Amino acid sequence: MTEPVAASGIASLAWLLLALPAFGAAVLLVGGKRTDKWGHLLGCATILGAFGYGLALFFSTVGIENPEQRVQNLHLFDWVHINALTVDFGLRLDPLSLTFVLLITGVGSLIHIYSIGYMAHEEGRRKFFAYLNLFVAAMLLLVLGNGFVTLYFGWEGVGLASYLLIGWYQYKPEAASAAKKAFLMNRVGDLGLAIAIFLMFNRLGTTQYTEVFSRVKEFSSAEILAITLLLLLGACGKSGQFPLQAWLPDAMAGPTPVSALIHAATMVTAGVYLIARSHPIYDLSADGRLVVMIIGGVTLLIGCIIGCAYDDFKKVLAYSTVSQIGYMILAVGLGPVGYALGIMHLLTHGFFKAGLFLGAGSVMHGMNDEGNIRRMGGLAKYLPITFVTWTLGYLALIGIPPFAGYFSKDAIIAAAFTGEGWRGYVFGGVALLGAGLTAFYMTRLLILVFLGQPRWKELKSDDGREYHPHESPLTMTIPMIILAVGSVGGGWFLSSGGRLSGWLEPSLGELKEEHGVLSHGMVGILTVVLAVLGAAIAFLLFGRGTQPVERPERVSFPVRAARADLYGNALNEALFARPGTWLTRALVFLDLKGVDGLVNGTAALLGGSSGRLRRLQTGFVRSYALSMLLGSIFVLGALLVVRFS
Amino acid sequence: MTPTYYLLLSALLFSIGAVGVLVRRNAIVVFMCVELMLNAVNLSLVTFARINGSLDGQVMAFFVMVVAAAEVVVGLAIIMSIFRTRRSASVDDSNLLKY
Repeated sequence: MTEPVAASGIASLAWLLLALPAFGAAVLLVGGKRTDKWGHLLGCATILGAFGYGLALFFSTVGIENPEQRVQNLHLFDWVHINALTVDFGLRLDPLSLTFVLLITGVGSLIHIYSIGYMAHEEGRRKFFAYLNLFVAAMLLLVLGNGFVTLYFGWEGVGLASYLLIGWYQYKPEAASAAKKAFLMNRVGDLGLAIAIFLMFNRLGTTQYTEVFSRVKEFSSAEILAITLLLLLGACGKSGQFPLQAWLPDAMAGPTPVSALIHAATMVTAGVYLIARSHPIYDLSADGRLVVMIIGGVTLLIGCIIGCAYDDFKKVLAYSTVSQIGYMILAVGLGPVGYALGIMHLLTHGFFKAGLFLGAGSVMHGMNDEGNIRRMGGLAKYLPITFVTWTLGYLALIGIPPFAGYFSKDAIIAAAFTGEGWRGYVFGGVALLGAGLTAFYMTRLLILVFLGQPRWKELKSDDGREYHPHESPLTMTIPMIILAVGSVGGGWFLSSGGRLSGWLEPSLGELKEEHGVLSHGMVGILTVVLAVLGAAIAFLLFGRGTQPVERPERVSFPVRAARADLYGNALNEALFARPGTWLTRALVFLDLKGVDGLVNGTAALLGGSSGRLRRLQTGFVRSYALSMLLGSIFVLGALLVVRFS
Repeated sequence: MTPTYYLLLSALLFSIGAVGVLVRRNAIVVFMCVELMLNAVNLSLVTFARINGSLDGQVMAFFVMVVAAAEVVVGLAIIMSIFRTRRSASVDDSNLLKY
């Protein structure tokens, strides 16, 4: 664990990274309609400014000769100071967080620029940019914070921004309910993260990274296991991992730039960041890491299988994201052999998946916002730039060398084979199978959207317009081109000579090389062969003839299961929602009959007895006089008895 | 002449008054019975003063007389006004103040 040094020079201005987007969001939200004309420009300017500063900070950090000095801490102010709980608000500037800063502000800038074109016809476009700026500020706080509480602050901030942006088309019921679903399922994960933080504070009295990680030996092994699992729960919620994966595909109800930035490139990878950041804790628990690997492996298969069956352009990409994050989680679950590989796949994925989403947005923009791929086909001719950039991203995703995905995914698959005993075969096999399936469903997408015969010529979109596909404006295509360049060269650039893993060493420790049950070269060949095989099968199945516009309903069981999200929603419904309803009903019954019964019963008892007792008040003066007399005689008699006995 | 007879007379008068209050319906008669009870008590007060050779009891009897006089004034006025409105002086008729 590298001890941080106090930030100096250009790094002492790192608060600008948070302040710029937060300032943009504040101005756009407070300024209201007055900012309509230039709001989007301000939104882009703040992010570009943050990106520029991030680049300067990055190069100044690279310029520090001694890697030990590259971890810097910038103390801003004392945030919480209550009794034993002290949380200082500070930024940790180390290779890991700087990598994320560049990803977030870099991809974020491109997507901001893309949004100018994409959201041009939207009313309240500046509000959209305000939310995007808010998201970037929160995400930067998440990765830059120097303690778990600061991370939690950012974690909730991105959750809020995600909620606001998924529900952007709030007049559509499915968007509104998708936003709520995302928010609620994220809360389940956040609960785990919060309890993990409580456990750390309970044992160590601090939540700052430096102290927690240097005193991690003070935890008992049970506590370590609990913390690893609870952090994993948090990661599952935010990153759409099994069993909390169901919100991510629904989140595609938001605008496409949001899907690209938040639900593909940055926010959903926060879970991977969390685990990589907490690696000193995970290092100590092989069991915890095994659970992480199982979750990653299961999720990557779920994502692939469901991705094969969906007909919605963005939902297929969403399940692809679920599956790719499964790879990253699997990688960081491998421990020291995988932390840096997970981060590398995260970076390359950020490039090509954002590019794929922006391509999808470009297609939908030209097709009256149609998302059903069965109503597309043959679009390559009409959207040439989109087609080329999308295909480059596609090649990167399915892992064809020399595109970016090959370097990162192949490395993860090779590392997955290194486990001892059955683990190597199982996780390696799962990862390899996932690569084949990825190639299959992505090729299906490519064929149905861009190749083959046009199926949309005779059709009209839901609002009654004919389809006139056209290429998107420059503000949209330029970001796609830049991302495509990243998807082509990024993997080679990051992996050659261990460039990224060496750079991340002060944060994540040394990347260990282990020899698995299959050699690295062998795995590389197998990955490519499987990818080509998957793509070939897809070509054989979908490449010939014309696909039906209506989706076939008489399908085999696996397809039906996949169309129903592999019963993920049904499982959640049966396991959590229904017992919850029953519990609520039982509690309501107990409340009505038990608590209310007790209270109302007491009142009725008193009321009834009073009603009977009041009959004593007859209104006859003489009977009152008699009772007074009798009372007096009684008192006198009692006195006499006491006196003379 | 022993004070005992005075006390016995006092008790007898008090009992007559008490029974009168309990059994008679006419408000005026009930009122007179109350006066009878007060004066029975006065009698016993004076008797005890005599027995103890102190004036306290006699002074007390004066206070009772003053209170009784005031009570007669107020009580008769109430009875009069009830009689005017209800055309009856029976204590059992004015029984509205009940459950």
